Amino acid sequence: MLADLPLLSLVIWTPIIGGLLVLFFSKDEQAPLARMIALAVSVLTFLLTIPLWTGFDNSTYQMQFVEYVSWIPAFNINYHLGIDGISMPLILLTAFSTVLVVIAGWEVIKYKPAQYMAAFLIMDGLMIGVFCALDSILFYVLWEAMLIPMFLIIGIWGGERRVYATIKFFLYTFLGSVFMLVALIYMYIQSGSFGILDMQNMPLGMTEQILIFLAFLIAFAVKVPMWPVHTWLPDAHVEAPTGGSVILAAIMLKMGTYGFVRFSLPITPDASMKLDWLMITLSLIAVVYIAFVALVQKDMKKLIAYSSIAHMGFVTLGFFIIFAILENTGSTQGMAMAIEGALVQMISHGFISGAMFLCVGVMYDRMHSRQIADYGGVANTMPIFAAFMVLFAMANAGLPGTSGFVGEFMVILAAFKANFWIAFLAATTLIFGAAYTLWMVKRVLFGEVANDNVAALKDVNKREFFVLGVLAVAVLALGLWPAPLLDVMHATVDHLIEQVMHSKL
Amino acid sequence: MMTPSSFEMPNLLPAVPEIFVLTATCVILLADLYVRDDKKVITYLMSLATLVGAAVLTITLHTGETVLTFSGSFVSDPMGDVLKVFVYLVTAAVFVYSRNYLIARNLFKGEFFTLGLFGVLGMMVLISAQNMLTLYLGLELLSLCMYAMVALHRDSINATEAAMKYFVLGALASGMLLYGMSLIYGITGSLDLAEINAAIKSLDDSKMMVASLGMVLVIVGMAFKLGAVPFHMWLPDVYHGAPTAITLYISAAPKIAAFAMVMRLLVEGLGDMHVQWQEILIIMAVLSMAVGNIVAIAQANIKRMLAYSTISHVGFLLLGILAGTAEGYSSAMFYAITYALMAAGGFGMILLLSRSGFEADRLEDFKGLSERSPWFAFMMLILMFSMAGVPPTVGFYAKLAVLQSVVGVGLTWLAVLGVIFSIIGVFYYLRVIKLMYFDKPVDTSPLETTADMRIILSANALGILYLGLMPGSLLALCVAAIG
Repeated sequence: MLADLPLLSLVIWTPIIGGLLVLFFSKDEQAPLARMIALAVSVLTFLLTIPLWTGFDNSTYQMQFVEYVSWIPAFNINYHLGIDGISMPLILLTAFSTVLVVIAGWEVIKYKPAQYMAAFLIMDGLMIGVFCALDSILFYVLWEAMLIPMFLIIGIWGGERRVYATIKFFLYTFLGSVFMLVALIYMYIQSGSFGILDMQNMPLGMTEQILIFLAFLIAFAVKVPMWPVHTWLPDAHVEAPTGGSVILAAIMLKMGTYGFVRFSLPITPDASMKLDWLMITLSLIAVVYIAFVALVQKDMKKLIAYSSIAHMGFVTLGFFIIFAILENTGSTQGMAMAIEGALVQMISHGFISGAMFLCVGVMYDRMHSRQIADYGGVANTMPIFAAFMVLFAMANAGLPGTSGFVGEFMVILAAFKANFWIAFLAATTLIFGAAYTLWMVKRVLFGEVANDNVAALKDVNKREFFVLGVLAVAVLALGLWPAPLLDVMHATVDHLIEQVMHSKL
Repeated sequence: MMTPSSFEMPNLLPAVPEIFVLTATCVILLADLYVRDDKKVITYLMSLATLVGAAVLTITLHTGETVLTFSGSFVSDPMGDVLKVFVYLVTAAVFVYSRNYLIARNLFKGEFFTLGLFGVLGMMVLISAQNMLTLYLGLELLSLCMYAMVALHRDSINATEAAMKYFVLGALASGMLLYGMSLIYGITGSLDLAEINAAIKSLDDSKMMVASLGMVLVIVGMAFKLGAVPFHMWLPDVYHGAPTAITLYISAAPKIAAFAMVMRLLVEGLGDMHVQWQEILIIMAVLSMAVGNIVAIAQANIKRMLAYSTISHVGFLLLGILAGTAEGYSSAMFYAITYALMAAGGFGMILLLSRSGFEADRLEDFKGLSERSPWFAFMMLILMFSMAGVPPTVGFYAKLAVLQSVVGVGLTWLAVLGVIFSIIGVFYYLRVIKLMYFDKPVDTSPLETTADMRIILSANALGILYLGLMPGSLLALCVAAIG
């Protein structure tokens, strides 16, 4: 019976309509009701995503749960949805993160709580839609529409420099995506279809491919973000409320890398091969240079933001090292490992970065400071919290047994098949990652109680314990037993590699 | 040659909506004399009824075919019918939005409505023109009404100055247009647009030269009326100086008529000279987008800001036309219609915030609107994002359609320039949203509005959102109208 329902549409529209519903309870005295509805909607959405996983057929690369309705016939634009092994886990991650964000903002958000919840719910639907869209204009519409709630979230509930941060965020991401729009229109003119799958199959000359690749690169690189267009992220993260940071880090950044596997690699395989040196260089700069930048941060959120950039560098490295692997070994096995490692890293980073920002949020709610210098010895007053934070920090540093290890290890291993020095530079992240994360943990959690404010701290309450606990389970589960996630991806990744190796010239 | 004895009654049927509006407006003009000043709402309702009646007539008489009448100087075709219906719709919204503002400034008089309706008649004639004289007649009728309307608030120095500027520059533009038309008439021997188009095909080089000069002058005249750079100087001053209700009138429906004017003159009349006018339009489009978007950033007055935004939108509209394909024309038509809806909503919001003795035309006046009225702040948010071209609002599809037609004729670089300027444009729209949502209100008095205005303005903004989710029908309508 479940199979007959338009599940993807339900998963997209339930939170959007629920979010609009919450807006009707925006009076201050209705806040508890608004929160309850928001929680119910987000949980319902998450429950609706579970059949996507249980009903998913691991053996095929074909799109599943497909929905196809003509939307704008004049331009041959269709409401075309479907998921494969790459997008399905991201949808679950999105719905899961939204539930946590709703809970995390429960009593913390006092100013316009209904609007806050509504913004996150609407964004939930839009983000899931991005991962489901198989029509490029539908994808673009959702991709851009998502900016509006995020713009408001940072601007209304953010910190002191929120206006600067949110306008910068909006302009940067908008700047990136309009070039993608021109590329999409160009391909529509050539092929007569806005369908992503049609675009993947259309022949394209080398010059065209390179221009289209660069247009996509601007769009996705801003979102990932890759050096040198990453500067919006630290600002946005620092000023965003905790929930905003979590969604930004856990989901929004993944959209950029998702774009690379959904658009760049299959649509412009020859250009990807030709320009892989560029992508590898940018990725390594993110991994190495940004790690150094993270090391010197005084603000916890900024530090985690930079660490996100470094970790996302691994994802792009995994996607674009495949050409070098192929050249070196001639086998596709290493390629699959690199891409799967990168995909696992995306999911894992979703959990870990979300958890890290929630940890900072827990402290910020008590102390109203993000400065590392204002803390010290927090473990003495908040032992349970400290245990969680140490776990997440270890995962962020890539400790075996946590999810952070799996993806990074696979990418490094695959990179060795391509080039020793690339792998070597990438592997330095295990050292630098540990350095900046653990040094921060040391300064914040351990040592003597630094001041009276820290001495007065209360440990996590039940709500916070639940949120962090769920994430801890996820981080450990994925770290100890990543096989179910990898199984989902195999068929799709193999197909992607076929597409990449098939020249379009 | 027709002799008086062989005079035939022309087919009046295609012009019935025009005849109706003319008659009804004359009736209103007379009836208004007997309406006491405190009962002017009667005039207002009669004016709205005229627009509704015209819409009913246009829709019922719509056949989907092209019918010529008055010796081929007047045409009723699908494009014209669609454009006219939107002219009525937008003008009706303008009347509703203006009511309170006019009452508060003691301008709620018959003149506003009769001039407004005569302006509508001018737009209708302009839209239906198939002959350069008819076109000029419609244009001048519209322009004269607008000059007078800008000066309607005669005690205001700003409005008088704006009216002077508008009149002098407008007259100059009309002169240019007329001179261009006379050259084209001289060289082709006809005023009929279809005949001109046929005659131009067979011109030799030396005559082509004269025709080109005529074309350039016609384009200059049109660019003045549209407000395209470098003929845009009047626009910010007039938008700023005129009473907001009049600015609203000028900014919305006449843009639809201006699109029709360009279509009739350039495409139907001088379609064969596409290669020549395309280059001119490219330069004007790029300059309009650049100047409009960049200068708008520096404005502190929202009416001026929206004036520069109009200039940038005109640039985008020209992009669609210069593509020179059916897709291009229908995309420009879609753009003109959606722009008129957005402009009506945008200036309507200024009217909503204004009250007696307070114009609400500075950007700061929008500070903290989300605290004062979350609903209308949200409506303004939709309007601003739509003007910026951010999905899921209709402004995005307007830009998408135009860009698509430009890329379709191989001018991808122009599309890239277009999107770059629209990114610059996003900044000042975002600033309005920033003021509404992120700043605390300075002025906390509640909004003084009437229910009808609230409903229509909400419908206007929600319509933009709806068209953004379901743009298919309006797009199909525009595609079908161009044929």
